[in-house]
Amino acid sequence: MQATSVDILTVDDLVVRYGPIVAVQSVSLNVRQGEIVALLGANGAGKSSLLNAVVGLVPIAGGLVKFKGEPINKLTPEAIVRRGISLTPEGRRVFPRLSVADNLRLGGAVTRDRADYDAAHEHVLNLFPILGERMRQNGGTLSGGQQQMLAIGRSLMARPALLLLDEPSLGLAPIVVDQIFELLERLRREGTTILLVEQNVHRALEIADRAYVLASGRVESHGEAAALRASAEIERAYLGIGVSE
Amino acid sequence: MTAGIMSSQEALQQLINALSLGSTYALLALGLAMVFSILGLVNFAHGELVTVAAYTIYIENEHGVPFAIQVVSAVVAASIAAVLMERIAFRPLRGAGFVTLLFSSFALSVIIQNLFLAFVSPRQKGVAMPNVFNTAFRFGGTYSIGWLPVITTITCLLSLVVLTLFLRRSVQGLGMLAASQDFQVTRLMGISANRVIMAAFAISGALAGVAAIFILARRGTVEPTMGFNPVLKAFIASVIGGLGSLSGAVVGGFVLAFIEVTLDATLPVDIAPFRDAFALLIVIAILYFRPEGLLTRSEER
Repeated sequence: MQATSVDILTVDDLVVRYGPIVAVQSVSLNVRQGEIVALLGANGAGKSSLLNAVVGLVPIAGGLVKFKGEPINKLTPEAIVRRGISLTPEGRRVFPRLSVADNLRLGGAVTRDRADYDAAHEHVLNLFPILGERMRQNGGTLSGGQQQMLAIGRSLMARPALLLLDEPSLGLAPIVVDQIFELLERLRREGTTILLVEQNVHRALEIADRAYVLASGRVESHGEAAALRASAEIERAYLGIGVSE
Repeated sequence: MTAGIMSSQEALQQLINALSLGSTYALLALGLAMVFSILGLVNFAHGELVTVAAYTIYIENEHGVPFAIQVVSAVVAASIAAVLMERIAFRPLRGAGFVTLLFSSFALSVIIQNLFLAFVSPRQKGVAMPNVFNTAFRFGGTYSIGWLPVITTITCLLSLVVLTLFLRRSVQGLGMLAASQDFQVTRLMGISANRVIMAAFAISGALAGVAAIFILARRGTVEPTMGFNPVLKAFIASVIGGLGSLSGAVVGGFVLAFIEVTLDATLPVDIAPFRDAFALLIVIAILYFRPEGLLTRSEER
């Protein structure tokens, strides 16, 4: 699916605070239907806070978040996922003492229609055949890469229009990282819009259409991924970390 | 009970006593553990759910309501009371610290006790239970077994089976297990936080209601403070099993009951009044070797 000019997610002047600490300071960004947008920046730049604020896990102190043109600021996380946004959280956070099958089943808890549910299930097992072999195993007993696949699969069970991914390649072996990035491209082809937080700047800019660079809770720069790849802005935002990758 | 070598008749009766006591403890401990595992709250007002159920039976008994209806309404009343506790006393404190919630539950416990004291009676009241609870049946020609412990054991074990099926098989149940492992991510699955918490309280209340029927049948009376002993035992049981572990709570309930019944059967008459002290000594010994409880959460399956 080709990127269109229709915004699926609009973040306007977003502010997130934890007590006196300002994590996100008037950030504005947009994600268009069919795009992969990368959100880059050093640790503590506010990337995760932004994702968590979009899905309602952390309170929004100011600004506006719109999904498909409708404000979702005041909604609970459970209501937001029902609208069509899924977050695969940082650190995977699969349910460790539930089986792979039950993890996936919970991911599809929002899908009322049986046929839709079955289709999502088949799709996920098609993307990650290894999960099919591990259905009865507890989530906590999987390897890191398998857990990441389960975490993404669980998010996809909700058939999201917009998938938010927080550091999906963190701590994974290079070969698994390759698989994850191939998967993201495939998901985009299949019509899922993706907002991606990544430490692996190089890889992220390879697959992204556009990118935003955050520093100290503000947008430092943004633009076409190809242009950013060549620019020095990224280097500054990361203080050199991650660029040589 | 005198000390000495038990006859096989006695041994069988003691075994059934231990199972019946253990299954009541298990239901109560499971209710505590369910709320704790999701909210991080040790609800010391849990015992008052037993009181609510028992008084429901007492009041309906006075008005000649059929026993079957008494039993059902007792379970429903305890369940509703638990949901109301959450709404009134705990929801406004959502996100508060462990100690704040603990104090709130103590306050709630005292307030409910005083409501019964003020509006019903401060004194013990006898409750006539169906005759079957006081009778025994013959088994294998020689054994005579009391009906009450048998019915208690069967009903409590059935409740555990139904609950396990609900938790393991339904999406709502899985959502509750998930919430005890990662509450935030459970919400990301589209499962309502308020509903999960409400269900945890409703179930803990219903389990306490079922346990209350048999606690009442055993003691034969109601009084405002009758919930204290059960909640204390439930708390000890869930600590033995590993606080927050659901299967641990069940195991802990049975372990505590077997310790108590064994002591009852073996302690010399003049030491028998100190049975609880000996039981707690054994509990301390268990925790000395397994500080996290018998089933820690990482081992739970």
